[in-house]
Amino acid sequence: MGSLTLPLIPMAGGGGYTPPSADDFIYDPILGTTWLNKVFLQSILALIIVMVLWFVLSRNLKVVPGKRQFFGEMLYDFIRNGVGRDMIGHDFRRYLPWLLAFFTFILVNNWFGQVFFVMLPTYSLVGYAYGSALLVWIIYITAGIRKHGLLKYLKLQTMPEGVPWFLYLMIIPLEVLSNFITRPITLALRLFANMFAGHLVIMVFVVGGGFLVTQADGLINNIGGGVSLIFSFAVFGLELFIGALQAYIFTVLAAQYIESSISEAH
Amino acid sequence: MVPMEIDLGPLLPHHFIEVVMGFALLVVIAIFIGKVVVPAFERMYEERTEQIQGGIEKAERAQAEAAAALQEHQQQLNEARQEAARIREDAKNDGARIKAEMRAEAEAEKERIVESARIQMEAERAQVVSQLRAEVGGLATTLAGRIVGESLDDDERARRTVDRFLADLENDGQSAQNVGQQV
Repeated sequence: MGSLTLPLIPMAGGGGYTPPSADDFIYDPILGTTWLNKVFLQSILALIIVMVLWFVLSRNLKVVPGKRQFFGEMLYDFIRNGVGRDMIGHDFRRYLPWLLAFFTFILVNNWFGQVFFVMLPTYSLVGYAYGSALLVWIIYITAGIRKHGLLKYLKLQTMPEGVPWFLYLMIIPLEVLSNFITRPITLALRLFANMFAGHLVIMVFVVGGGFLVTQADGLINNIGGGVSLIFSFAVFGLELFIGALQAYIFTVLAAQYIESSISEAH
Repeated sequence: MVPMEIDLGPLLPHHFIEVVMGFALLVVIAIFIGKVVVPAFERMYEERTEQIQGGIEKAERAQAEAAAALQEHQQQLNEARQEAARIREDAKNDGARIKAEMRAEAEAEKERIVESARIQMEAERAQVVSQLRAEVGGLATTLAGRIVGESLDDDERARRTVDRFLADLENDGQSAQNVGQQV
């Protein structure tokens, strides 16, 4: 009966309380495939939303902007000037499409956690974060090799200037580790962990509160559940902010990695 | 326990498709943005920059034109002032000259009038004198005839008598004049 009234509470029926866990992030595949599930579809939906958004915003651009174009320019300039030009410098135009794609796609996917009928940030599934971080990794290494050539790029990345030669034994492995291994991993895990934990918190408030509200044997339980449900809206607001912040951080870090790859000094 | 089989928990993707999607969807979006969105925005920005620069240049040109026009007008004004001063000066000179001419002309006219009046008076006097001479002769003869009681009808004699008388008269007048001058 609980699942009928509140579809947000998958575990509320059947008697006992099951706390939200990592298992709640597993969605069953449909149509007899092993891969086609809700998350797959919502990521496609995000792709469509982002592409339609940019398509609409970039139509009929006038020198004197209207309301739609004003919003489009604000969004575009936020990444173009605030991230691309400020972090990468004069070569930023080549990487601008990537930065715009990172910010808007991740933003839409993160805000999916607060949108009805989706109710799940796509990046709370670690595979998506791995895929996106891998893309950033390939982009910034390619950018460095393209700019300096392979050998000079590796030298710039692993042998910082001003370090005495006898320290190279220590420095080179450290630099390789930090520039080529921990960068993509932290990039992926930062995004994933924020979305995963945020969604888990929301589920705790909503599922737990819903369970308490539907308990028949205690007024205090019901009040506590109600407070918990109300408070979940504050958590929703917080998650909206964190979703935007993480999309921005991912974009800024990607730009910073690109910049450190193509800059002359380490 | 094999060390490779670490339980990654939620850090293990549920399916490899997640990694592929996280990668591929971003590539699709970035290519779309790079082909469609960025060129559109950058073209518009360039156009805007050009228009703003064009506007500034136009304003500068207009300002320069205005300054040139102002200078020209001032120059024209100066020329006009100089011209006016010159005309005024000329007029003053002309006026003075005309006044002098008029004065000279008036003077000449006056002289002429005075002269003609004098000549006329002279002529009239001469006429009167000659007339008087004739009449005085007649009158005197008549008078003398009356007094003497005889006719002095002999014209030839009468005229001689009168002429002699008049000559005496003139001589008397002249001698009297001479006496006056000597005194």
